[in-house]
Amino acid sequence: MAVLIDRRSKVLIQGITGSNGAFHARQCLEYGTKIVAGVTPGKGGESFDPQNGKPKPVPIFDTVEEAKRKTGANVSAIFVPAAFAMDAMVEAIDAEMDVVVCITEGIPAYDMVRVKRYLDGKKTRLIGPNCPGLITPGECKVGIMPGYIHKKGGVGIVSRSGTLTYEAVWQLTQRGIGQSTCIGIGGDPIIGTGFVDALDLFNNDRQTKAVVMIGEIGGTQEEEAAEFIRRHVKKPVVAFIAGQTAPPGRRMGHAGAIISQGTGTAASKMEALKRAKVEVVKSPASIGEAMAKKLRRGRARG
Amino acid sequence: MNVHEYQAKDLLKAFQVPVPRGVLARTPEEARQAALQLGTWPVVIKAQVHAGGRGKAGGIRLASSEAEVANLAPKMIGMTLVTPQTGAQGKKVRMLYIEEGLPIAKEYYLSLVLDRSRNRIVAMASTEGGMEIEEVARKTPEKIVKVAIDPAIGALPSHGRRAGQALGLNGEALSRFVGLLSALYRAYVGLDASLLEINPLVRTKDDRWYALDAKVNLDDNALFRHKNYLDLRDAAEEDPMEVEAAKHDLSYIHLDGNIGCMVNGAGLAMSTMDIIKLHGGEPANFLDVGGGAGVEKVAAAFKILVADRNVKAILVNIFGGILRCDTLAQGIVTAAREVWGKGEKIEMPLPLVVRLEGTNVDQGRKTLADSGLPIIVAADLGDGAKKAVAAAKGVR
Repeated sequence: MAVLIDRRSKVLIQGITGSNGAFHARQCLEYGTKIVAGVTPGKGGESFDPQNGKPKPVPIFDTVEEAKRKTGANVSAIFVPAAFAMDAMVEAIDAEMDVVVCITEGIPAYDMVRVKRYLDGKKTRLIGPNCPGLITPGECKVGIMPGYIHKKGGVGIVSRSGTLTYEAVWQLTQRGIGQSTCIGIGGDPIIGTGFVDALDLFNNDRQTKAVVMIGEIGGTQEEEAAEFIRRHVKKPVVAFIAGQTAPPGRRMGHAGAIISQGTGTAASKMEALKRAKVEVVKSPASIGEAMAKKLRRGRARG
Repeated sequence: MNVHEYQAKDLLKAFQVPVPRGVLARTPEEARQAALQLGTWPVVIKAQVHAGGRGKAGGIRLASSEAEVANLAPKMIGMTLVTPQTGAQGKKVRMLYIEEGLPIAKEYYLSLVLDRSRNRIVAMASTEGGMEIEEVARKTPEKIVKVAIDPAIGALPSHGRRAGQALGLNGEALSRFVGLLSALYRAYVGLDASLLEINPLVRTKDDRWYALDAKVNLDDNALFRHKNYLDLRDAAEEDPMEVEAAKHDLSYIHLDGNIGCMVNGAGLAMSTMDIIKLHGGEPANFLDVGGGAGVEKVAAAFKILVADRNVKAILVNIFGGILRCDTLAQGIVTAAREVWGKGEKIEMPLPLVVRLEGTNVDQGRKTLADSGLPIIVAADLGDGAKKAVAAAKGVR
């Protein structure tokens, strides 16, 4: 089953003619993602050539609404520059896309405050921004992650980071452990889908047998996730929190990764997760091994 | 992005937030002139540095006469101010802000900050002005008033009345507080601030409000629509290596350790620091070269690491995604040759541990192997950390 995207997903790319959008549209097509449309205002009627001759060119539209109406797209990936990202997200929400994945980094926090408020009561699920996107291995990739490191299987991954997620995925794949869906929720202070929502999806997904959760300093999302896990999640969870050695008051690369006014420390998050019976690993090199052990124990218990 | 107090007050004044009259001075003579220009006594002489806690450290002084200003100003310009927020090395004072003294009736605290989990802008207020809000939260949390403002509706008078009443205000003081909170909210949104903190906020004896101090943090992501903010940046207040890194669009934070790190991705960069520490080492920096880095950017990053005199070993940890391993490898080889000579055999003064994985990893490894550089190759993240810690301790 997996979550959010699968082989039936019809994907459109907002910003398909930009350098990032074009590059990753090609990568996703190569992985097997059904990209049915591109949207670039002013370039409607043109088409996007994947260059290797196959698959066939992707039609470009001026608006998301038109692209959806003419192609049946239900998932959108946004690659537009930060200054235009709020508009792109709202356009996709208004077009009632099922899932919108915003890859764009560097969006002003207040723009995201407005978008997040606008999402209230809408049918769209927003992933990101400032995230690597989504992948359901072997079926559909809507993001910028290297596809080949993944393997189809039963571990759901949810993470605020990009490359650290690849690291975790690689550790799993090398041990023969596959993934159901990997959700990069993004490194900004305000994001569309948080840990709790992602955990809820995995908890209700039959393919997902266990979850890897990768958090980092800043905010209180991980603490809220711990509470949710304690109350609702029956599947085993392995967690890692990045930034155990980060100095307070400094923004560690991600806009959201900052310990401010004493809140958002790694120690607080790790403690909360441990209390929720989550296996919290101290070393980012131990994520794969910890999950392998959990799964072995689970099987032994039958 | 941080700004000085005088800049913060200028920004707030444009949104009708009341601030005391003040003049900036860069020399003792300018300070004296500034005091005379204000025309009332006493005046307050305030050291302008990017750090709080100035008062206790001697960075804020009262002067009641021209002679006192002439006496104090030369001592304050050039002094090194050490506060809990500056670190032990302190910050050198290069500018003073001369401000009118006010007849203060009571000090309060007021700030606006984003509540990330509720997606609301929250006004926090307290009668405990002048104290750090973290301390108030720890000792007397009941004295903090919080009013959450829905971004869909903005700040309304009722928000101000609710907060003001909880602070025990009434009459003219309350109605003026309502106006102040609205102005402050407009400033928060209009400036694209990530924090506005007025501590202390003062009520004068005639029930007027003034932002006696002001801390404004601006959202770096919003700089593209506030081009004037670049003029507010004071590079002298920042770490020189961080300033250099920023020129190359590198996300770099200077730390105290001796293992220089180059990583792609913020999360992986943070966890590389963590794993170094777990193996008994100390990271010298946080450095995310970013996803779209080319050879030149990688080379610039490498040079910054090498320029840090504390660095005893370098750990490069790359999980290639958008940043391809061959690009990374080429950047390292280019930089090493530029820094350490172009000969056939390069003697590297620093051990260099490299862990590569991901897109085009084979080409990347080949580039490094063919370069002739004595690079220590790591099999994985854990191995890389172990080898870097050992190398920094001089163990080969």
